Amino acid sequence: MGEAIVITSGKGGVGKTTTTANLGTALALMDKKVCLIDTDIGLRNLDVIMGLENRIIYDIVDVIDGRCKLSQALIQDKRFSDLFLLPAAQTSDKSAVSKEGMLEIVSELKQDYDYIIIDCPAGIEQGFQNAIAGADAAIVVTTPEKSSVRDADRIIGLIEQEDMERPRLIINRIRNHMMKDGDMLHIDDIVQILSIDLLGIVSDSDDVIKASNNGEPVALKSNNKASIAYRNIARRILGETVPLQSLEDSKGMFHRMKSFFGIRS
Amino acid sequence: MKQKEKQLITIKGTKEGLIFYIDDTSSFRDAYDELEHVLSTTSSKEDSEDKVVSVILKFGYRYVTDVQKTTIRELIEKDKRFIVERFDSEVISKKQAKNWFDQSEVKAICRIVRSGQVLEVIGDLLLIGDVNPGGQVRATGNIFIMGNLHGIAHAGKDGNEEAIIAASYMNPSQLRIATFISRAPDYESKGVYMECGYLDKENNKIAIDRLQVLPYVRKELRGLERRIHNG
Repeated sequence: MGEAIVITSGKGGVGKTTTTANLGTALALMDKKVCLIDTDIGLRNLDVIMGLENRIIYDIVDVIDGRCKLSQALIQDKRFSDLFLLPAAQTSDKSAVSKEGMLEIVSELKQDYDYIIIDCPAGIEQGFQNAIAGADAAIVVTTPEKSSVRDADRIIGLIEQEDMERPRLIINRIRNHMMKDGDMLHIDDIVQILSIDLLGIVSDSDDVIKASNNGEPVALKSNNKASIAYRNIARRILGETVPLQSLEDSKGMFHRMKSFFGIRS
Repeated sequence: MKQKEKQLITIKGTKEGLIFYIDDTSSFRDAYDELEHVLSTTSSKEDSEDKVVSVILKFGYRYVTDVQKTTIRELIEKDKRFIVERFDSEVISKKQAKNWFDQSEVKAICRIVRSGQVLEVIGDLLLIGDVNPGGQVRATGNIFIMGNLHGIAHAGKDGNEEAIIAASYMNPSQLRIATFISRAPDYESKGVYMECGYLDKENNKIAIDRLQVLPYVRKELRGLERRIHNG
């Protein structure tokens, strides 16, 4: 019996879909059987980021309306045989999906998969309600910005009213130099306000955008900071204890030489 | 006129006015009739006086409904010689008692009030947890917060200007007491530890000060007996 985890944030553009794609990929890397569900009906993106856009035949609305079987709508990933995607519909709107329909799909998928990761649309309306309906746990994504933290707080409040595990937090798009200068909210301040467990921090990186555009999740890269962060988060989901990543950029050879000789840079 | 075995109405004169003791074992009808009789017999003697005498009615252990109170008030004030100052009864209805209890009770609640959430209580609120930015707590009495106050706190929301707001860490976006509102300055402020907000009557605005000044500005908060005064 698998676990269904919803990735949500309230605010748009904080990286829900990117997080879903990368966590799914990272979990698949660890030999787990994973299914991703895109519930952003009408504005589907997850298939693009996964690079599976041109393989879509049926979508989630087709499954709910009974036009196809669930197994027909699932798309197998190019890279992993145990990673699947249930795409959202592009033509309908959010009202095309009901809570009951979602619940049915998720409980059916839970029989066969270790992890079902649900990508939630922005906002707190019907789409959000549908996305969290079938989930056992929630991961709230936020960026170190006031507006995004405020929305995350609202979402956590709504999730707490549901019969669900305590949500966990991912802070995305951290820019280390801005956080150091106090131009961005500090990680500790965010955790203090939201007062939920921190699951991981992901620093802002050009590679994430590049990878998304290429349809290759960044978690597949071996040495990128964001990639390591996503894989660490996946390990924490599996129950391992992994220390938080240091945000400091690794300094060059010349710099290390200078500090060795006691020269301040 | 038929002579009653026991007098149902006893009248006592005090400096402030008259006190009518109404026997609580008789039926309301009998007491009403006798009151009517008493008033009609006294009228002849005192109608030269213009002064309106205030009356306190003591019902003992009789429960008097609002309708009964109105009929009695009408009867007594009919000739414009008396005015009913108040009704006094040793008993109150369960509903009133519940309301009294609610108003004077401290409601201890353990949770985080997050953005978009409103926590509303009757009486005093003791919140063990934070009020996050965008969250709101409201109480008809005082608000005590063991945690961080970042959102909005509204004490004495039904008009109690004596209500106070105290918090372990105070950095609110707004403080409201009764009909008064104060807001945080536009510049980024750090917030303060162990402070309270109360209504400063002289300046007619909400003042924020250390918790230690509270016993001086709100004397009734000092002891336990304030519960009784509140009722």
